[in-house]
Amino acid sequence: MALLRGGRQKVCQLFKSHVTRQSSVGQRCFSAEPAPKESDDSITVTVNPFKGHRLEPPSRDVQTNKKELLDMFETMVRMRRTEIAADLLYKQKLARGFLHLADGQEAVPVGIEAALDFKDSMIQSYRDHCTFLGRGGSVKELFAELLGKKDGCARGLGGSMHMYKREHNFFGGIGIVGEQCPLGAGLAFAHKYRNDGHVAMTLYGDGAANQGQLYEAFNMAAIWELPCIFVCENNHYGMGTAERRASKSAAFYTRGDYVPGMWIDGMDCLAVKQGVAFAKQFVLKNGPIVLEMDTYRYHGHSISDPGSTYRTRDEISGIRRARDPIEHVKTLLTENNFAEGSDLKKREKQIKREVEADIEAAKDCEFPPIEDLWNNIYKDGLKAKLRPIEISKPKIQL
Amino acid sequence: MISRCSRGLSELSRHSCSLILRGLSTAAAASSEKSETSRINLCTAVNEALAIALENNRKALVFGEDVSFGGVFRCTAGLLQRFGKERVFNTPLSEQGIVGFGIGAASLGCTAIAEIQFADYIYPAFDQIVNEASKYRYRSGGEFNCGGLTVRAPYGAVGHGGHYHSQSPEGFFTHVPGIKVVMAGGPADAKGLLLSAIQDPDPVIFFEPKMMYRTAVEEVPKGKYTIPLGKAKVKREGTDITLVGWGQQVAVLEKAAALCLERHDISCEVIDLRTLLPWDVAAVEVSVNKTGRLLVSHEAPITSGFGAEVTATITKRCFARLESPPLRICGYDTPFPLVYEPVYMPTAQKIIDAVEHSLQY
Repeated sequence: MALLRGGRQKVCQLFKSHVTRQSSVGQRCFSAEPAPKESDDSITVTVNPFKGHRLEPPSRDVQTNKKELLDMFETMVRMRRTEIAADLLYKQKLARGFLHLADGQEAVPVGIEAALDFKDSMIQSYRDHCTFLGRGGSVKELFAELLGKKDGCARGLGGSMHMYKREHNFFGGIGIVGEQCPLGAGLAFAHKYRNDGHVAMTLYGDGAANQGQLYEAFNMAAIWELPCIFVCENNHYGMGTAERRASKSAAFYTRGDYVPGMWIDGMDCLAVKQGVAFAKQFVLKNGPIVLEMDTYRYHGHSISDPGSTYRTRDEISGIRRARDPIEHVKTLLTENNFAEGSDLKKREKQIKREVEADIEAAKDCEFPPIEDLWNNIYKDGLKAKLRPIEISKPKIQL
Repeated sequence: MISRCSRGLSELSRHSCSLILRGLSTAAAASSEKSETSRINLCTAVNEALAIALENNRKALVFGEDVSFGGVFRCTAGLLQRFGKERVFNTPLSEQGIVGFGIGAASLGCTAIAEIQFADYIYPAFDQIVNEASKYRYRSGGEFNCGGLTVRAPYGAVGHGGHYHSQSPEGFFTHVPGIKVVMAGGPADAKGLLLSAIQDPDPVIFFEPKMMYRTAVEEVPKGKYTIPLGKAKVKREGTDITLVGWGQQVAVLEKAAALCLERHDISCEVIDLRTLLPWDVAAVEVSVNKTGRLLVSHEAPITSGFGAEVTATITKRCFARLESPPLRICGYDTPFPLVYEPVYMPTAQKIIDAVEHSLQY
């Protein structure tokens, strides 16, 4: 254990020398140390300290237990395998369009869902695969959507960027960054109006943090004291532009100015859980909050971005070594004797096979009917008909 | 009448060109008399135009999201290295800010060349374009203007772009007096038109067909040259019907025209408008007076697309000459779809079908 800790610190130090412009990116390793167990399967883990803006952050000590950690582990592995499989599908040209992968960022949705429930609303922009899975979406629905099939979560009409789940209040999946922020404020207003004790969470990135409409949303949420949790998923790059070159202030949790905020180690699902649980109670009493999740994406911005023209491969692999969210939970599980390393590996392999089976099942689904081209534009259909003029049937494919 | 048509050809000296896109090849003509040419794609042509603008005008600036490393389509590659970060710089992710900032810089004499990463993202800047850029000269009685502003944006379908990487928003901007709207249809046109747009004394919105960035390759004159705005180009001469389009749709029209001749012995005249605001009414009028039939085609949805403007104006001017009702073959009135793109698009087959019907009227 000591070796592991020391080794991790060594990596952090090595890594620090590689970090040139982005001083904040690699310096935080997990400070979690295995603590003595209180009962057979619950423990207290100390996470990296939160940073507060106009508020007193919660304690660094997070309660968790074996079941929760195992669930988090499985969910994150499923998310990771899904992203890698999606990448392959695109490279094989079976799925097309634009793909924005979130591998590396799995701790954020997993930690959030540990603190919220499905009656709380959530809205995000296009890097939404893992969020969709966190919101209870199935892997098969996700892949069916990528492949453009009618069993996809948006009936095949949205694709990668537009995942939705009505029953669990996941409002998507939005194409234009920042657009979802005033929408999130509106969702929060509806919750407050209905007095249902729930909150709205609106997630955006460090790039979108410079969109004007975000500040319009902050002001409205603050004036009307809406239970809105604004979350900046700061993966430090807006497409190809590093945060420091796009934002005068990269302390995104303070950008709400009069809106209180909190910085959270977004690679640690337990820190995220603690921060979001605190935020939910906070916004129900006080109005909006801005959370900044310090996270990282391993892939480039999208499928057409190699992700290495604006950052070094050393940086990517350094973060993977020091802060990978799945490895962190694995360490917690093994160090606390909740699971054997070999069992976890076995489970990972099993999940990989399950994901592959889901992909095959998704491939077998049908494409949506041609009538869906003109359905759902207005509430009442257009009552249109398509007269084929080509000799062959119009081929629907991506 | 024919000599008036060929005025459109004379600005760009004849050169042999072949568009790889859709396997099209036009008849080879003599190589350029003016200057040497190089065989480059549309992205490189745009890059050359930007470099020439920056070189010849010390007050020229190029800015937008991710332009420093070359941009998502590589149109700004190498510019930072050549001209420095004072003149070629990234902006934050703020379209409204980008255009507003460009308007301000232009009003003090800078030549502000702003890039909007995808035309689908231009809407936060719509207010700045409509309410600021287009009205600045007018509301100040000519005291001020922002003519030095050029806004470039890649537009159009790519085959899998979905709702937010495929849109053709040109129709919204043609409705705004005070700006100009230009649609590049190929590498040689793009370079000449962009250089004209940059030095034009009025603000210009310049749409580049993103599908053609890599796929359209032709001989492009080296060095500086301009193509006047507001002038259409007859891409193919014909006698039976006039097909009007712009941007990447022109290649579809040319393909349809070739197939019409081959399959149905119908001779189509194809016109690339190149500039939509102001558009070359005279050129289209001359052509329709010759052929007696009109078909306009664009990817944007049909209702209130720019095809409606062309149709209404030409109908009025050529009413007595028309042999059949003018037609529009355009995208359907739906959001730009993902899976259904092949069905949505105004394909060559749809155009051929419409031409046939028009001839049978």
